[in-house]
Amino acid sequence: MGRYLAKRLLLAIPILFGVSVIVFLFLRLIPGDPAQVMLGEKATPQALAEIRQEMGLDKPLYVQYSRYMVKLLQGDLGRSITSHTRVTEELGARFPATVELTIAAMIVALLIGIPAGIISATRQYSFFDNASMFVALLGVSMPVFWLGLMLLWFFSFYLGWFPMSARLDVSFDIPTITNLYVVDSILAGNWAALANSLWHLVLPAVALGTIPMATFARMTRSSMLEVLRQDYVRTARSKGLAERLVIAKHSLKNALIPVVTVIGLEFGLLLNGAVMTETIFAWPGIGKLAFDAIMQRDFPLLQGILLLVAAAFVLINLAVDMIYAYLDPRIHYE
Amino acid sequence: MSKRRILLVSLLVIALVAGMAAMGQAAPKSGGTLVFGRQGDAVSLDPANVTDGESLRVTRQVYDALLDYSEKDTSLRPALATSWENSADGKTWTFKLRKNVKFHDGTPFNAEAVKFNFDRWRDKNNPYHQGEFEYWVGMFGGFPGVVKSVDVVDEYTVQFTLERPVAPFLANLAMSPFAIASPAAIKKYGQEYGNHPVGTGPFKFVKWDRGDKIVLEANKEYWDGKPYLEKLIFRTIPENSARLMELQSGSIDLIDGVNPDDVALAKADKNLQVYLRPSFNVGYLAMNMDKKPFDNPKVRQAVAMAINKAGIVKAFYAGLAEPAKNPMPPSLWGYNAKVKDWAYDPAKAKKLLAEAGFPNGFETTLWAMPVARPYMPQPQKIAEAIQSDLAKIGIKAAITSYDWGMYLDKTSNGEHDMALLGWTGDNGDPDNFLYVLLDKDNAVKPNANNISFYRNEQVHKLLIEAQTISDVKKRTALYEKAQEIIHNDAPMVTLVHSTPPLAGRKYVKGFIPHPTQSESFATVWLDK
Repeated sequence: MGRYLAKRLLLAIPILFGVSVIVFLFLRLIPGDPAQVMLGEKATPQALAEIRQEMGLDKPLYVQYSRYMVKLLQGDLGRSITSHTRVTEELGARFPATVELTIAAMIVALLIGIPAGIISATRQYSFFDNASMFVALLGVSMPVFWLGLMLLWFFSFYLGWFPMSARLDVSFDIPTITNLYVVDSILAGNWAALANSLWHLVLPAVALGTIPMATFARMTRSSMLEVLRQDYVRTARSKGLAERLVIAKHSLKNALIPVVTVIGLEFGLLLNGAVMTETIFAWPGIGKLAFDAIMQRDFPLLQGILLLVAAAFVLINLAVDMIYAYLDPRIHYE
Repeated sequence: MSKRRILLVSLLVIALVAGMAAMGQAAPKSGGTLVFGRQGDAVSLDPANVTDGESLRVTRQVYDALLDYSEKDTSLRPALATSWENSADGKTWTFKLRKNVKFHDGTPFNAEAVKFNFDRWRDKNNPYHQGEFEYWVGMFGGFPGVVKSVDVVDEYTVQFTLERPVAPFLANLAMSPFAIASPAAIKKYGQEYGNHPVGTGPFKFVKWDRGDKIVLEANKEYWDGKPYLEKLIFRTIPENSARLMELQSGSIDLIDGVNPDDVALAKADKNLQVYLRPSFNVGYLAMNMDKKPFDNPKVRQAVAMAINKAGIVKAFYAGLAEPAKNPMPPSLWGYNAKVKDWAYDPAKAKKLLAEAGFPNGFETTLWAMPVARPYMPQPQKIAEAIQSDLAKIGIKAAITSYDWGMYLDKTSNGEHDMALLGWTGDNGDPDNFLYVLLDKDNAVKPNANNISFYRNEQVHKLLIEAQTISDVKKRTALYEKAQEIIHNDAPMVTLVHSTPPLAGRKYVKGFIPHPTQSESFATVWLDK
C-alpha cells in the first residue's frame, strides 16, 4: 500500500509537467495579448512594444518557456503580470477560500444527497421517492446563477437571516494562518468569528452544493436499486437479517463504489472554482481569480491556477482509488 | 394679482425655501466608517503601475499628485505643488512644493522625493523601475519620453526640462497614476511595493484581503485637514444586483456600477440617493473618408441626420447618457456648448443623400466592437439600431465584427467603411480628445486613432497652436473653433457620452462623483 502510494505520487510529476507544457502553449494561442488587453483603444505600436518588452513577451516562446520551467523547478511560479504580486501569494490568499466553500458544499451535498438516494431506492415509487427525484431533477437543471440570486434575495435580503456576501463581517479581525477562516478562528480561539464565518458559509454552500447533491441522490438511488436485486442481498434477506442490516452492511458498501467516483469528480470540479457562486456571494476564491486572469491574459497567474487545480485533481483521484480498495476488497494494488 | 405682485411673492417664496435649505444643511460630522461596494478588486496599489479604475480609485485616497483636478471637473488646482512657472520657450517648468508635508511612514516630502518618483518612472535603468508604467508611456511618450530631466533646485523647488513644449503637461501631472510615493517605502518593499502603498494622501493604508476588501484609515496629519471619515473600506462585490441588494439592506454605504435598469429601483427606495457620474467619454460612429462615398460631406451629413441618438440613449443606456454633439464630453473645459447638433430628420437626410448622387442609397459595411466598453455597453445592439435607421434612407449596412485586438488593428489601418468606437479621457485636456481622434497627424495608417481619416488643415493648425500655448482662455477659443469646423464637416457621428450611475445611503454627504472616476473621499461625511 505504501509503495503503491509513493508510486502514484511520483507518477503525478510527469502528469503535472505535461499539464505545464500544454497550459503554457495553449494560453499563448488565445488571440489578444496582455499588452493589447491592457491598453485597449490606447494601444499605439510604440506603447505595445514597450510594454511587451517590460512583460518579457517579446522573447521567443521557447525562451519564455525555459525561463518559466527553470523557475518552476525552484518552486517559483513567477509574478502576475498585472499586479506584480507573487503567484504563490495570490494563490495562497485565494485558494483556501475556495477549499473552504467546496468542503462546505460537499458536506451539504453528501448529508442530503446520499440518504435521499438510499431512502428512494428502498422505497421505490413511493411518494418520497417521486418527490425527491423530482427535486433532484430540478436541482441538476437549475442554473446556479439564478438559484444563488434567489437564495440571496429570499434568505438574506427579504428575511435577513443570512449575510449578503463575503467570508466574515468587516468588524472581525482574525490572524490569517491557513486562510481557511473556519480553521483560523478555531486556532485563534475566537468563537464569535467561527460562528460568523460558518454563518457566511451557509448560503454559498447550499447554492454550490445543490447540483452535486442532486447528482449524488440520483446516482445512489440507481446504484442501490441495482445492488438490491443481487443474489447476495436475497441471500442476506433469506437468512432473516434485519432489513436495516441488509441495507447498511450488505448493500450500501457495494452501491457506493460508483458514487465515490462521482464524488471525486464533483469535488475536483468544485475546486476548479465556482465562478458563478463566487461572483454572486462576493466570495474571494479562485474561480473569480481565474476568470479575471483570463480576461487580462495574465499568463503566469493562469498557469499557476491551472497547475494547482491539476495537482488537486491528481490527489483527489488518488484518494478515490484508495477508497475503492476499502469498499471492495477484490480491488488490489500491485 | 398684478405682475409685480406675482414677482414679489415668488421672490419671497424663493428666499424662504433657500433659507430653509440653508438651515437644513448641517455642519459636517467627523467619525464613522464608510464601506464602498464595487465590481472588482484593485490590481495593485502602486498607481504608476496600473491602468484600471478600481486601483486608481483607492490610490487616489492614499496619495497626492503635484496638481489636482477640481472637485467637479478637470480644471486644475494646486496639491503637493503650490505654484508653478513655465519658461518663455515652454520647455522648462519650475514647481514650488508644499512645505511640512510627511509621507505616512513619517519621511518628509520634498524635491528629492519628486525627483525620485519621476526618475523611477522615466528611466529604464533606474533600479526601482519595476513594472510596465503604462500611463507614463501613454502620456509622456516612452522611456524617458518627453521629460529630459528632473532637477532638485532646493529642498522645495523642482525643475522639469522637456524635449519640446507640451500644453497638457500640467493636466498630465494631476492624473492619479503620477501621484508621489514615499521613496523610503519603494526602496524598502521593491517589487512588493504595490501591496504596501505609502503616500501623503488623506487616508493611510491598513490592510488588503485580496479579492475581498481594502481597509484605509484617516490620516490625522493630512496637510489639507483631517478627513471626516475614521475608516474607509473598499469591498469587492462582483454582481451588480447583489451589490445593490446589499446597499438596500444597509450593510454597505455607497456603490458604483448600478445596472441602468435598476436605477428606478434605487430611486424608489427612500433610504437611497442616486448619483450620475459626469461623462468622461464619447462613443462615436466613424466614417472612413478615404473610402467612397464617405469622402462626400453631404453623405456624412445625411448619415448624421438619419441616426436617432435620443432613441439609442433611451433604449441602450436606460436614459443614463447624453446624446453627443461634440467629440469631447461637456465636463471638459473648452467644450463648445454653442454647437447646434444635426437634428434627427430622415426625410431631410434622404434629400441630402439624393443631392449627393445617391437617391436610392448605397450598400456599405458597419463595424461593431465585440466587447462592451464604458462608452458603449452593447455595441452589437447599437449597431443594429443604426442599421435600421440607415435603412430608412436607403443605406444598406452589413454589420461586421472581429475579436477586439483585430478590430483595433483593422480600424487603425482603415479597412472599414463605417465603424463604432469611442474614447475615455486620460488627463481632462481637450487635446486628449480632439487631437487624438481628429487631427491629421493621427490619421496615418496602419496606426491611426483618427479612424475617420479626417484631414482638415485648418483644424490641424488650430489644434497644434493650442498645443504650444499654456493660456487656458486662448486655448479654449481655439478648441471651440475647431469643434465648430469638425461639426460641419461631420467626419464622425458623435453618438453618446455615458453618465454611469452610482447609489448611496441618504446619510452619505459630501460625495461628489468625478468624471475621472477617482474622487477624493476627504470631503465625505456620514449624517447619522
